[in-house]
Amino acid sequence: MEKRPRSFYVLATFFALFLLFLYGPTITIAILSFQGPQGGLTFPMRGTSFHWFGELFEQQAVGDIWGSFSRSLVLGLMVMTTTVVVSVMGGSAFRKKFPGSSVIFYLIITSLVIPSILVSLGVGLIFSQSGLPVHWSTSGFGAQLTWTLPFGLLIMFAVFNRFDKSYEEAARDQGASAWQTVRHVVLPIIAPMLIGVALFGFTLSYDEFARTLLTAGSYNTLPLEIYGMTTNVTTPVIFALGTLTTAFSFGVIAVFLLIVLLMKKRQTRHGSDAGQGLV
Amino acid sequence: MTDLTVSNDTDRKEETRLQPGVSAKVRKPVSDAVSGWLMSLPMAGVLVFFLVLPIIMIVVVSFWGATEFSIYPAFVFDNYEFLLTSPVTYSVFLNTVKYALITWALTLGIGFTIAYFLAFHVRSLTWQIVLFLLCTIPFWTSNIIRMISWIPFLGRNGIANSALISLGVVDEPLDWLLFSDFSVILAFVHLYTLFMVVPIFNTMMRIDRSLIEAAYDAGASGFQTLTNVVLPLTKPGIMIGSIFVITLVMGDFITVRFMSGSQKANVGRLISNDIALLQYPSAAATAVILLITVLIVIATLLRFVDIRKEL
Repeated sequence: MEKRPRSFYVLATFFALFLLFLYGPTITIAILSFQGPQGGLTFPMRGTSFHWFGELFEQQAVGDIWGSFSRSLVLGLMVMTTTVVVSVMGGSAFRKKFPGSSVIFYLIITSLVIPSILVSLGVGLIFSQSGLPVHWSTSGFGAQLTWTLPFGLLIMFAVFNRFDKSYEEAARDQGASAWQTVRHVVLPIIAPMLIGVALFGFTLSYDEFARTLLTAGSYNTLPLEIYGMTTNVTTPVIFALGTLTTAFSFGVIAVFLLIVLLMKKRQTRHGSDAGQGLV
Repeated sequence: MTDLTVSNDTDRKEETRLQPGVSAKVRKPVSDAVSGWLMSLPMAGVLVFFLVLPIIMIVVVSFWGATEFSIYPAFVFDNYEFLLTSPVTYSVFLNTVKYALITWALTLGIGFTIAYFLAFHVRSLTWQIVLFLLCTIPFWTSNIIRMISWIPFLGRNGIANSALISLGVVDEPLDWLLFSDFSVILAFVHLYTLFMVVPIFNTMMRIDRSLIEAAYDAGASGFQTLTNVVLPLTKPGIMIGSIFVITLVMGDFITVRFMSGSQKANVGRLISNDIALLQYPSAAATAVILLITVLIVIATLLRFVDIRKEL
């Protein structure tokens, strides 16, 4: 191996500092959430305890955390499923040019760059002015899709740009119907990327704040609940909640990445060349 | 190369292949259009109902009138007149642009450096993927929690102040670390740098390595290669990252509110304050102006890049 230039060490240090900058604050509140019962929002630690985690389970101390958590969970799963299905359909549609495709493409870009508060305000106004119930599972759900679908579709573009069409040709030449080709050839090859789309769909929804602000109605999702807490909770209980939420997110990310790894392993083990179709 | 010839071959075959009972030449374009529409129907539906209609609604409501506790349909220019004649509007827009520009410059500098290190200095693909994932994981966690995380760092008794005092750099705690422009921009950089890293890294990975070698062989120094070869080829990634960062910062209201302790303002906060006071028409008018501003910026940036080619 050839010797590393000096710039490597400079850049590696910079990278390490960047990671510290990225994760340092999160690690700090993780440590501080184990404050003793007398401890405050900053160091020094006054003993260590699970006191603040215990507080999370007491209704009067923190409000409706578990209700909002279950709402966020359900909403995340709804958004995830819809994002995967709609993105795959949309991505497949865009493989061939069709009249009006560029209109949809520019709408997707607009959806991505439009300030979230506009979506929140607009969707909220439509629902409230037309008498529809403003609820996290209706208006909140739709508002979040405007944030997750662009990511889903752009990932599908990247996937299909690298997709080797000769696999489909081969299937068709052997007499597979259009649906059989999709079901037994295309979907298995792109399956690991679909897990990526699902990860985006779930986590972006689970953490979304601005687009849900005016569209969730009277029941808060978890980010809204946490934001409410920042204005009136001045104890480390908020750090405990932050630590738990972040740990949950890390868990979700780990599970998704693990599924991708297992899928890729399975594809190689079965000796098929599925997955090699991406060039 | 073989892949290319194969797919060319099949394309040609497709045109001439006999499909029994179906006249390929006549049927195909029509069915392509129909299947394209059908497949993109769900996406188009969501976008029409939750993006296009809301924008139209905002434009409509921006001409409505409002009392202290209700809004009513009308066609008045009061909201715009008030907005465009108030000096507050201009200073707030200026402040928003200031946040966007400073954050853009910082995230670009940091993002480019990180992406450059990952793409050109990390040699094994596995390590590239691992380190890249480390950079992107925070994107999938809660922004609000990540903002809260700065409090123990920046407060009067926070880690930064204690460290500075014990090092003897300052005698008393610095007040401007939290609830200031400094903390707002710090949080922006913290939240959004990865929106620069990802697209820049993506374009850098596609740069043909032989071009770099050619530059060295022709006698270019490392720095010359960077500025004359890598930088121009990375431009599309830089543009995409810039679009993300600039629009996110310009449309933000929560970071500014939280990190400045409600002491600083940007356009997003102007809108959310109006919303809190139930002054929806006024909020809508501000939103329209903000949307126009953002779209102009994006249209300008999009002139430099073809997004669909870059994926």
